[in-house]
Amino acid sequence: MLAQQIVNGLMLGAIYMLMAVAFTLAIGVLNFLNFSLPGLFMLGGMLAYGFITLGFPVIFAFAAALAAAALVSLLVERFAYRPMQGGDPEVPLVSSLGFLVLLENLMLIYFGSDQQAFPALVPDLNLRFGGLVIGIAQLGSLVLSVLLVLWLSWFLSSTSTGRCIRTVAESRDTAVLMGIDTGRLVPLLFIASALLAAIAGLLFAVNYQQVSPFMGEGVGFKGVAAMIVGGMGSIWGAVLGGLLIGLAEVLSITFIGADVVNITVYGLLLLILIVRPQGLIGRPATREKL
Amino acid sequence: MSGYLTGVLVVLAFNVMAAYAVYLPLAAGQLNLGIAGFMAIGAYASAFLTNEYAWPMWAAIPVGSALAGLTGLVIGIPVLRTHGIYLAMATFALGQVISAIFLNLEVVGGAAGYPVSDYVGPNGVFLAAAGVVVLMLYLSRTRFALYLTAVKSDPTVADLLGVSVRGIQVAAFALGAAVAGFGGAFYAHHYNFVEAQHFNVLLSVFTVLYVLFGGTQTVWGPLVGAAFFTLAPELLRASDQWRYALFAIFIIVFMAIRPEGLVTTSLLRFRRRKNTDGAAAASSEAA
Repeated sequence: MLAQQIVNGLMLGAIYMLMAVAFTLAIGVLNFLNFSLPGLFMLGGMLAYGFITLGFPVIFAFAAALAAAALVSLLVERFAYRPMQGGDPEVPLVSSLGFLVLLENLMLIYFGSDQQAFPALVPDLNLRFGGLVIGIAQLGSLVLSVLLVLWLSWFLSSTSTGRCIRTVAESRDTAVLMGIDTGRLVPLLFIASALLAAIAGLLFAVNYQQVSPFMGEGVGFKGVAAMIVGGMGSIWGAVLGGLLIGLAEVLSITFIGADVVNITVYGLLLLILIVRPQGLIGRPATREKL
Repeated sequence: MSGYLTGVLVVLAFNVMAAYAVYLPLAAGQLNLGIAGFMAIGAYASAFLTNEYAWPMWAAIPVGSALAGLTGLVIGIPVLRTHGIYLAMATFALGQVISAIFLNLEVVGGAAGYPVSDYVGPNGVFLAAAGVVVLMLYLSRTRFALYLTAVKSDPTVADLLGVSVRGIQVAAFALGAAVAGFGGAFYAHHYNFVEAQHFNVLLSVFTVLYVLFGGTQTVWGPLVGAAFFTLAPELLRASDQWRYALFAIFIIVFMAIRPEGLVTTSLLRFRRRKNTDGAAAASSEAA
């Protein structure tokens, strides 16, 4: 029973993990709490659903949903992030929130506010290890998430572009002086975090077989919590935080009740922030964020 | 006044109170994303006192507000050790925890909500909101407002000049919480019903939106922002389902054009200082 719930928690955690990594890219490098990411998460699930119901092949629907999320993220960069440089640090947060409201309402107009049933794409096949039951879809998304994060971590540490990104994260001014083209790099980062969020949305839709215009809010905010619990700006921190938040959620539903989820999840966040604000494996902030 | 207009104005009054609750800490550079939690404390505490102990409203509402302020004080001291985005996230988590606690508290109805027997009419609500605005206008003319600006602009310099930075931050946070509790207490007694689900993240976040939209440089910003956010969607009601989408587009475009918010210091001084500003700009350009 406990082992089964731990497995379920890790599966849910995989989705929080991707969201947390998406947030951490935007915060760690750009110093921008991007509230449009929950909207892009939703866009990934909703648009894939929309294209599939229109009769497009599944692969095409997924690709189109991801492309749309990337495109919207470029708009967010253009209208919410770029004009705000040098102003009050809270302002981009407002505009990115504007995008969240906009995306939710556009989907609401087109699809209505009801939850839609996402078609079952993966055969309902379960693996059994002893007493444990693991769905193929869940296992697939856990593996996919971990592979994505491993690849991203490799990319950041070993490629030239990755080094540029880490330089910008360290000090944007120095990066510009060193000849790094931030005008090219920043949109790239927006696309990367949008793709992570949209992939998380797709995995959520495939796993739980439901989508709605507001599906991004709960998951997105828990992704933020996961990012902070692990340590802002650290990819492995986001991984650890995502899995922990997923576990905390599933275990408190099982052993205490569904209503206390927010108390345990956000209580954990609050406790971490008071006791160890830099997160479990984050380094102490040397500069003011936000 | 028609019932519809009164209804809209009452919503406006509540939004104005919430906006000033966010504005106070923000004026000291702290983003409070958990204001709904403090509103919930004020609402539930005052409703509990009038319902269960038959306290008169004039006593229960200030006590509810004071309890919210006290919670802000007690929690603000550890939480304000964090800065910037960490503080924003801590308040965010705090708001979530508080409303989740009320959701599970069976003495106040839990998830089913809590009916409140005593009633405050619209005029009482207007009076309360006007009181909050007057208090803020008064505060903006005291040294306290100067301290807030100093702490926001440069905590190090403020500290060197002898301003107790942490004291000011905690005071602004707790006072903001008390204002939120005050609004929440009136909310409970006007609508005669409180449910924890109302005091969610989006309420907190939207309130921050009003304040930043109105602008944090002057004390008028939150008032203008709240008024705009309450009335504009009503005016767009004709285009029913598109109104929130249109509204969101407007926010994005507006913030891109005018990131400092609608009401700024220079806007208020524009007439008085038209000539001197022109001269100053010219000389700074020359330099």
